[in-house]
Amino acid sequence: MAASATTPPPLQPPSQAPTAKERKYDRQLRLWAASGQQALENAKILLLNSGPGVVGVETLKNLILPGVGSFTIVDEALVEEEDLGVNFFLTEDSLGKSRAEECTTLLRELNPEVEGHGVRTSIDEYVKTLHQERYTLILLIGPSPHVQQLSKYCSKTSIPLFYVHSLGFYSHFSIQLPHQFPIVDTHPDPASTQDLRLLNPWPELSDYAKEKTSNLDSLSDHDHGHIPYLLLLLHYLEEWKASHNDLPPQNYSEKKEFKDLVTAGARTSNPEGGEENYDEAAAANPLSPSTTSSSSSHNPSNFWLIANAISRFHSTHHVLPLPGALPDMKAQSRDYIHLQNIYKSKARQDLAEVIATVRSTEQRLRQNHPNPPNTDAMIDEREIEAFCKGAAFVKLIHGRPLMFANIFDDPQTPGGAKEEEATEWQDSAPSLAMEFHMQEESLLPIYLAFRAYDGIFANPRPRPWLKKPVVAEKQKSMEQHALADLDDIAKMAGLGEKPDTAVLQKNIRDVVAEFVRADGAELHNISALTGGMVAQEVIKVVTKQYVPVDAT
Amino acid sequence: MSALPNGLEPSRKRWTYLDNFLTKAGPGSDEQWVPGEETITSLEKSKVLQFLFREADVGNSKAEVAAAFVEKRVRGVKITPYNGKIQDKDEEYYKQFHVIVCGLDSIEARRWINATLVEMVDPEDSESFKPFVDGGTEGFKGQARVILPTMTSCIECQLDMHAPRAAVPLCTLATIPRQPAHCIEWAHIIAWEEHRKADILDTDDPEHITWLYEKALARAQEFNIPGVTYSMTQGVVKNIIPAIASTNAIIAASCCNEAFKILTNTNPFLNNYMMYSGDEGVYTYTFENEKKDDCPVCGNLARNIMVNPDVTLQEFLDSLGERPEAQLKKPSISSGDRTLYIRFPQSLEEHSKPNLEKKLKDLVSDGDEVGVSDPAFQISFKFRLVFGP
Repeated sequence: MAASATTPPPLQPPSQAPTAKERKYDRQLRLWAASGQQALENAKILLLNSGPGVVGVETLKNLILPGVGSFTIVDEALVEEEDLGVNFFLTEDSLGKSRAEECTTLLRELNPEVEGHGVRTSIDEYVKTLHQERYTLILLIGPSPHVQQLSKYCSKTSIPLFYVHSLGFYSHFSIQLPHQFPIVDTHPDPASTQDLRLLNPWPELSDYAKEKTSNLDSLSDHDHGHIPYLLLLLHYLEEWKASHNDLPPQNYSEKKEFKDLVTAGARTSNPEGGEENYDEAAAANPLSPSTTSSSSSHNPSNFWLIANAISRFHSTHHVLPLPGALPDMKAQSRDYIHLQNIYKSKARQDLAEVIATVRSTEQRLRQNHPNPPNTDAMIDEREIEAFCKGAAFVKLIHGRPLMFANIFDDPQTPGGAKEEEATEWQDSAPSLAMEFHMQEESLLPIYLAFRAYDGIFANPRPRPWLKKPVVAEKQKSMEQHALADLDDIAKMAGLGEKPDTAVLQKNIRDVVAEFVRADGAELHNISALTGGMVAQEVIKVVTKQYVPVDAT
Repeated sequence: MSALPNGLEPSRKRWTYLDNFLTKAGPGSDEQWVPGEETITSLEKSKVLQFLFREADVGNSKAEVAAAFVEKRVRGVKITPYNGKIQDKDEEYYKQFHVIVCGLDSIEARRWINATLVEMVDPEDSESFKPFVDGGTEGFKGQARVILPTMTSCIECQLDMHAPRAAVPLCTLATIPRQPAHCIEWAHIIAWEEHRKADILDTDDPEHITWLYEKALARAQEFNIPGVTYSMTQGVVKNIIPAIASTNAIIAASCCNEAFKILTNTNPFLNNYMMYSGDEGVYTYTFENEKKDDCPVCGNLARNIMVNPDVTLQEFLDSLGERPEAQLKKPSISSGDRTLYIRFPQSLEEHSKPNLEKKLKDLVSDGDEVGVSDPAFQISFKFRLVFGP
């Protein structure tokens, strides 16, 4: 296979040519980049499986394909024939064997780089030894008697906990995040992220605008049509302010007037009958949002150290650090690059100031600490830079315990500890009361019906065909629980009179009737869909990118 | 049910969970529907057509590999793979299925199957009516829709929801690039034509991508534009849409769920559009897209289209490629029985070519109806030209 002498030498692959791994994961790296991929590859996921056991396995599929580090399935069940009709990761050869081990083997075929373990043991036994292994995230399949226990363990150890239950045509999941869960890289819509600081230009920017727009009228059509729209806006803002007490447009009508002023400046005598850069200027809103951040926490984690430095920056300059990105606009290449550099250097300057604040705080913390744990520990500049770039869109989610953790303990006496139950809605009742106004579309009945079902059937039950009709016997009791919750919410919402919830009540009864029909069964379609949704949320939590659902 | 390939007699026990839904009605299921044996038999007999698009860099036929794998996992199901173009099959082929599920990668392919299935409907023949389910994803977002040809809004009715991305003007690429993507497009569109016209650009050939990357990089350096990378070059040239397993799972499962409900009546199916967005929390919305009377495929009125009477026919035809409501890349056009411009055959092209330079107002009048055809579609599109600015 030797190449003949006449074959030209192969083109040297560029240093940036993708590795085999980058090629394999190309379409996802375009979303969460190498940093997200690294976080995913470091993640160890635990699945505590029960019931028909499909939704958890479908979730894992969507984490194994993109290359999660490792997964562990804990499941007490042996594979029976009805598993084969609903679980894609079992075959006839699996019959009679451990469902955890069999699923693990077939799941691993999806991606040889992922490590997987199947453990056949009761969840009761396994949770006793949980502390021996540090998991990144735990998936608990409902209904389960262990919700409360795991909720406590996970809030103590700051491990994100997902509670998932798929039942017939319905499914639900809840997420318990650590008490403070900050996200810097939220991936906001690019159009909303541009902070161009047109109302507070710094000298280099104003000077460049003056240089380019001082003799607008004498410019050639070509030059006039190629002034970047940002500079046009700065020019007309100056003109506006001169006749408006040095103030920018204040309200809707003034903004409209300003827009007309800009539009009137465009030349229409040219062959195109207008100018693209003026169109861009008229379409842009120069009044970029002025975001304020406030934080006074002294939690010495990186997030708070940087947040504190940015807060200091904001109180000094009344703006957030400049992100430095510039949108594309009609312009000559040279002018555009020049303008881009003005933005970049300003962003670097702002970043340097924030870094300096962070460093001095770090030093102060070290001095105040009698025994500095790690004297050289300094926050990576890249982390501070990422924070500055996304400062306007940084999110902090306060994790709350699962609402499914507080479920009545004794299913025999529904409505036992009534007083206590009503207060658990204290925080959420006002927002849940919104559902009273849109009862037809409300998903509240599904949520409340699941709470009732998961409370009543929390303890492991025999497979459905053995003891029918288990669910039907509890139909009334489920309805009662869900309707009582609805009453509690109405009470806690502090509404003057009792709201009319007839539609919600009917929908609760319908959902419960559908649960009775399902009789504990999962439908593969619904579990696959739910597994996709849960996997999206797991990825967001593990990579700390994008925004996961907020503790609902 | 017939015996399994391994000789085992399949037992209904395998379908214990599923039978809870096939043999029992729920509060939402159709009152006319009779659950039980009949539903089970009709589900077992039903034939579903599933389109998969094949990525060029996968060696084997995706359809064959997927079919063999699923047949092995799910005993009792029969899957016939077909590796080829959807356009090569005729009505008889499509008629044999009960439901069609699309996993297509382009708007063009969706428009083709949509027009075919709408055209196929014959009110006298219930077998000619094929419900179809369509899904698509991008990043954390996706959509699923159910279309009942001629009864609900069709893909063509919804075309303006999928506006093509605005193309960068050629003059920007040629003279005033500002973004790394401008340099890559320049290498892609202009430099390749200039230097390697004889080679057909293969975006899966690493040597070709490397060549484009180096050209783009050199041009970017010339203009001091930072940010051209190999990965970006590949993304721009191949128009790569980010995709992840979880979003695909959501949309695929949603499509299956709709097909399942259409086939079994176990619960009402989607009417008729669902969108899902997971970028920030979870947002999903279901609504009914309305059927349009002026839809070129399922409506009977010509669609109004605003035109400037002073533009040339050439400029108008070029604009049809980018207008969200048209998206026709190689249009031929006629007005009444008069041909204004026709691409094939060449003799007629020569004959009609002079019209391209003429202004619209010299060829047609305000309010005239024109017929536009395009080799990508078997039907002709009717537009009513409305003169405006």
